[in-house]
Amino acid sequence: MINILLVDDSVSMREMVSFTLNQAGHNITEAEDGVQALEIAQSNTFDLVITDINMPRMDGITLTAQLRGLDDFTFTPILILTTETSEPRKIEAKQAGATGWIEKPFDPDHLLATINKVI
Amino acid sequence: MEIDIDMSQFHDIFFEEAIEGIEIMEKELLNLKPGTDDSDIINTIFRAAHSIKGSASTFGFEEIGKFTHSIESKLDSLRNDELEITQELITLLLSSVDCLNNMLSSERSGKEHDTSSIDTITTKLDEYYSPASAAEKNREIRQDEPEPQITTADAADSAVRKWKINFFPDEKLFYTGNDPLRLIRELKTLGKLTVEASIDKLPDYSELDVHNSYLGWVIDLEGTVNQEQIEEVFAWVEGDCKLSIRNETEHRVIPDRRDNTNPAGRRKTDNEHRSIRVSTDKVDELLNLVGELVITQSILNSVCNTQGPGTSERLHQCLEQLERNTRDLQQQTMSIRMLPIDNAFQRIPRIVHDLSIAQGKNVTLKLIGESTELDKTVLEKIGDPLVHLVRNAIDHGIEMPAERASAGKPENGVITIKAEHEGGHIVLRISDDGKGIDTDTLLAKAIEKNIINDNHDLTETQIMNLIFQPGFSTAAVISDISGRGVGMDVVRQNITDLGGSVEISSEKGIGSTFTIKLPLTLAILDGQIVKVGDQTFIIPLHSIAETLMFDKEQTNTIAEKKELYQYRDKYIPVIRLYESFDIKASTSSDTDKLISSTKRQKDLLVVFETGDRHAGILVDDVIGQQQVVIKSLEKNYDNVPGVTGATILGDGSVALILDVTTLSTQQYEPAVSLNTV
Repeated sequence: MINILLVDDSVSMREMVSFTLNQAGHNITEAEDGVQALEIAQSNTFDLVITDINMPRMDGITLTAQLRGLDDFTFTPILILTTETSEPRKIEAKQAGATGWIEKPFDPDHLLATINKVI
Repeated sequence: MEIDIDMSQFHDIFFEEAIEGIEIMEKELLNLKPGTDDSDIINTIFRAAHSIKGSASTFGFEEIGKFTHSIESKLDSLRNDELEITQELITLLLSSVDCLNNMLSSERSGKEHDTSSIDTITTKLDEYYSPASAAEKNREIRQDEPEPQITTADAADSAVRKWKINFFPDEKLFYTGNDPLRLIRELKTLGKLTVEASIDKLPDYSELDVHNSYLGWVIDLEGTVNQEQIEEVFAWVEGDCKLSIRNETEHRVIPDRRDNTNPAGRRKTDNEHRSIRVSTDKVDELLNLVGELVITQSILNSVCNTQGPGTSERLHQCLEQLERNTRDLQQQTMSIRMLPIDNAFQRIPRIVHDLSIAQGKNVTLKLIGESTELDKTVLEKIGDPLVHLVRNAIDHGIEMPAERASAGKPENGVITIKAEHEGGHIVLRISDDGKGIDTDTLLAKAIEKNIINDNHDLTETQIMNLIFQPGFSTAAVISDISGRGVGMDVVRQNITDLGGSVEISSEKGIGSTFTIKLPLTLAILDGQIVKVGDQTFIIPLHSIAETLMFDKEQTNTIAEKKELYQYRDKYIPVIRLYESFDIKASTSSDTDKLISSTKRQKDLLVVFETGDRHAGILVDDVIGQQQVVIKSLEKNYDNVPGVTGATILGDGSVALILDVTTLSTQQYEPAVSLNTV
């Protein structure tokens, strides 16, 4: 079991990802945008962060950059959960410090397979 | 790990969320002005579309995902300044949002998509370029290509290949959360692996930073594996390493691709409340239970009061405390159901936008008091009347620009919707600065339609109120927009059904105002308790104008049936509940015996007003005023004309709440027997 911070403004996506990861026996903490995630990250550590890109208040790329600035998150895998398949977006995310990405649409098996790459 | 998850369990949340997204898109599209460049608005719309697209395809609604992708592409071009905001584009995007909404409804109800309209709009979207961006056309087309799907087709290629992979990570690889060992582990799943580590770049121990990556690997991989599969393993570290993948027979090398970056992502701040989603059924059940609690509380009070002076002081104190707590609880619970009226305003900007363009009128919409809260049920039911009144204001109120100019008015007409609290009510004012209501035309029409006859004696206000009569329409030609079969009578009916009222004021050439008064909630009511024979009734306090001693001298009976009472300067109909409800005189009930033996029956006339009408209800006694919890008769018994609901009084008895509007219109219809209730 690992601790995962899941950041997405879409309730349906959060529910789905959360449910899937729970089924796989992982422990999930949810945040609805970058700001909330960052607040949570101030006082918690995680084995993995999964974040959406497009969110109100703070997007996933900014969040990634911010998290990398925290001691506890320097080496934590951060996966970008997104439909953005265009190359510039991915590079932007990577430059901010993202580990990799999970492309939407994905099914639960694909999600778990991707996560297993980093844990 | 294989996991079997039923995705349909998330569908409801998806639908709800997508509809919210659509509402945001529509609202923000209406805020876009041609020729401007408001990146915040465009980003908000983009984000909503993007979110719908992502979830839709994840939850298996591919057509919605695909369609939203077309919308998103246009928004992306707007975002990147490749397209200009034009009225044409806004209209196109709005109709796309409508189409998207229809698609969602179809999915939700399991119906087929209207593919022809989807295709039409998709084509329009894909082919839309503003003149300035014609040069971008080629680029656009490339962007609109369907997104690549995860490729597995090549895996069917079963030839065994030998690969030589040189993998030399940059020093800072660990800082992206990646780990070479994990990548090698993943490669291992693809075939037979031989790994040789290179320590060429390993520095002296004194210079070694444990957080850096110094090793490199030369990897031999043998298996039924193709280049794409290997590339995918290294996809996340592309650019963070030197990588070559060579097919030992084909000698194909992939170049080390390093793209330039684009500007940093834009941010937007939003005030979003943290909240939880609870089904309204739960809230209603909670409200119902609190209602029961309030009733029990008042029963407890009256029991305690009848115990006489011997009751302990302490018990009274506790009861008072309990009463306060109950009230607070009730208020808090009701506030859960309260939503800002903003929700009902949502459709309005779109309607104003569409109608004014369709009719060639310039109309500005002003919304004031959007955060005013009212009960969810009231909110849901006020939407249609509101829309109708706004349609009317544009159709019949606001003049064409030229007409306005010649009347010395600004060409731009203004429709203002203002919501505010007034006493225990919400007051909505829908005003326009149009041509106002022409009472002469109205009168002529009413006479022509046989709504009134020639020798009427109506005040200006009464004449204006004629538009609320069934079958009335003043438009010479019923436009396809206003004339949707719903008349103002329905508007008024909807409002009165909510326990509200609607009034008009208008001045020729200046404009008209419709004032809608609504109760804050439908769950409780300030009522006047009255006695008629052996029955107790509640009359809604807000409708009562005054209560008078009934003076038989002041009544006139016309047509041998209609009883009219002289009230101030007019005659008002008298409603005798004994007759309307077939009530027995008060001999059966013990409490009534008590009342009739101690007090003489008073014969009081409770005068009430609904809309512009006055009427009086003749009652035996007026007992007191009380806030009552409304229980639905329909749910618990059956719909009874003239009665809106029932409540339980402090003494545990049931009292019916009178529907004064229906009573005043149906007073002479056949009596309803109350004894069956």
